[in-house]
Amino acid sequence: MLDLKDVQHIAELARLGFTNKEIKNFQIELSSILGYVGKLKKVDIAGTEPTYHPLKIENAMRQDEARQEKHKLLSGFLNA
Amino acid sequence: MVKKEFSALELTKAFLDEIDKSNEKIFAFLTVTRDSALSQAKRIDDLISAGQDLPLLAGIPLAVKDNIMVEGARCTASSKILEEYIAPYDATVIKKLKEQGIVILGKTNLDEFAMGASTENSAFGPTRNPHDLSRVPGGSSGGSAAAVAGNLSVCALGSDTGGSIRQPASFCGAVGLKPTYGAVSRYGLIAMASSLDQIGPITKTAQDAALVFEAIEGKDEKDSTSVNSKIKNQKSKLEFKIQNLRIGVPKEYFMKGMDKEVEKTVKNAINKLEEAGAEVREVSLPYSTDYALAAYYIIMPSEVSANLARYDGIKYGYSSPAAKNLMEVYSKSRGEGFGKEVKRRIMFGTYALSSGYYEAYYLRAQKVRTKIIEDFNRVFKSVDVIATPTAPTTAFKLGDKTKDPLSMYLADIFVTAVNLAGLPAISLPCGKIQGLPVGLQIIGRHFEEDKVLKLGEIFEKL
Repeated sequence: MLDLKDVQHIAELARLGFTNKEIKNFQIELSSILGYVGKLKKVDIAGTEPTYHPLKIENAMRQDEARQEKHKLLSGFLNA
Repeated sequence: MVKKEFSALELTKAFLDEIDKSNEKIFAFLTVTRDSALSQAKRIDDLISAGQDLPLLAGIPLAVKDNIMVEGARCTASSKILEEYIAPYDATVIKKLKEQGIVILGKTNLDEFAMGASTENSAFGPTRNPHDLSRVPGGSSGGSAAAVAGNLSVCALGSDTGGSIRQPASFCGAVGLKPTYGAVSRYGLIAMASSLDQIGPITKTAQDAALVFEAIEGKDEKDSTSVNSKIKNQKSKLEFKIQNLRIGVPKEYFMKGMDKEVEKTVKNAINKLEEAGAEVREVSLPYSTDYALAAYYIIMPSEVSANLARYDGIKYGYSSPAAKNLMEVYSKSRGEGFGKEVKRRIMFGTYALSSGYYEAYYLRAQKVRTKIIEDFNRVFKSVDVIATPTAPTTAFKLGDKTKDPLSMYLADIFVTAVNLAGLPAISLPCGKIQGLPVGLQIIGRHFEEDKVLKLGEIFEKL
């Protein structure tokens, strides 16, 4: 089971505000998900490289383009 | 329409009337774009009366999942945090479909930010399955699948990060195609997990799915991960013969604990393909069910926690009126604006990426991802496509899995490996059990959508 303090620390890192009751629920639920994904420990990954992305593409570049905005709100700002 | 037996305007009006009548009970649509739909239809009728050439999808009604932007329409991702957000531009897929003359009826319900397998995680209420209103339509593209199955639209767009097109298509008895990663531009799709997300069609037939897919595919400068696949697709379509097709059936996908009737229905469907001339052989994908789901539930939330950092109470949408300082603007806006499942995944992703746990979880999962890809590569040396069930059960009842998040995650056990490997896959209706549809999943090699679509067309005639 995850420590309640750890869960509070993660909530702070994630910038998520919780009530005490919510945080206790998360403690239980996150622990159960951790238990499930723990099965990955059984896979032999020695010598296997990680895959971060299904396609091997590098640095696709394009020109930026300016667009004529036509929203009322925006033209309101511009004419103020 | 060209024969003037009915006009695009009449067709659009008929669907809008049907939505007026049935949406209250199915709740497939969050927003109905009536006025723009009528003017898009009128433009098609003007082209017809002027005797001009019509684009491929002229006057065809389309429903769009509410995480894909349609300029000027609300785009909520079914989240309170984006409740009032109006899309400032068209997603590339929408721009392309508008060029083909499509008529957009409205925006459909989803699990909040596409996170869920039942559409019950929508901040605006659940969608119901048109085949049985006490059951879920699947998710997260549940609104799109229910709109097509409930005859509220001819076709729809969904997005698929870990089964979110295929699983609801299976539950609703529709066809759902998840294209190869990179085949369709994601520009204008609200990001969930960027190395997994793809947009694709949900339709009544494989041929309709092919028409929509051909209209939206292709490289887009605005999505740096999109690539050009057209030439390869057309080649495989021309050469396709079912007698030359080798279908692999992975034994791990018929596991203990799955619904026996679903297993029987899917095996019958595969037998039909064999009788039609395809060669069927058993294959093994040891990493692509259980382990894939576990790897997915580390990789996906990690990407989610980064992608959803942008909803900070300042740049977009909801901002908490109770916040007293900057930290509270972040934590209260996010705490109040996001629903439970979204918060659960942000929390878990933050944990998996945090110092001290990164290697044990995130890095390990990415290595297992390589194993899954190697699995598929090996099997695709001896077969052309892989056939599996789309889901281990038929549509479940509303409320059945909402209390236990893990049981909801298990609904996606057969669909997430495809996203991790970036492969194309289709779900085809292959029978019913007590009135509830069952889906057959066909997985293809990268950029061989036309092969799975063509096989779908043949299967529908068997």
